[in-house]
Amino acid sequence: MNDTTTGNAVHDRIRQEIKDNSVVLFMKGTPAFPMCGFSAAVVQVLNNMGVQYKGIDVLTDPGLRQGIKEFSDWPTIPQLFVKGEFIGGCDIVREMQTSGELKTLFTDKGVATKAA
Amino acid sequence: MSAAQPGPIHSAIESKLREQFAPDRLTVIDESHRHEGHSGARPGGESHFRVEIVAAAFAGVSRTERHRRVHRALATELEGGVHALALRLLAPGES
Repeated sequence: MNDTTTGNAVHDRIRQEIKDNSVVLFMKGTPAFPMCGFSAAVVQVLNNMGVQYKGIDVLTDPGLRQGIKEFSDWPTIPQLFVKGEFIGGCDIVREMQTSGELKTLFTDKGVATKAA
Repeated sequence: MSAAQPGPIHSAIESKLREQFAPDRLTVIDESHRHEGHSGARPGGESHFRVEIVAAAFAGVSRTERHRRVHRALATELEGGVHALALRLLAPGES
């Protein structure tokens, strides 16, 4: 037993995913085939910025779909995590892209983006 | 053609947000008609909303916390038929 074990297998899996991957997008569908316009919008932002990320499809896993909402205290999908930190959903990602804050965030966190 | 009267969920969203945040500006748009036939759309509509709030209550509050406060205010609607809620949450003077 250690500090990071909660007894909730789904939360443990989420914790592991966001620890092992610098940028994780919990989404509906996959980066190649988003199944929702909001997920597609975030995929497009990340792709345009040239960020490497892991897309995780919640539609194929009902437990994950519910678990991620509890984990983040956030009721909707998509959800973006950078270096283990919850950043937000589609509205916040788009606002941060427009303002330039998203680029700054990636730079500050040591996540590579392609030159603008 | 004039727009239909706001539905009951639309009205509930407006009144709850007005009560909770005393906004300087509140706009609630039912965009459900644009999502007919998509996943999450319902025959009765009132599934997709866009909300813009300008409220002093958001000053000095992080983006995620602003969203969480609105999510909490509308928990009943989000657990019910509202499939999508696009939010733009500003403090006075922000754009």
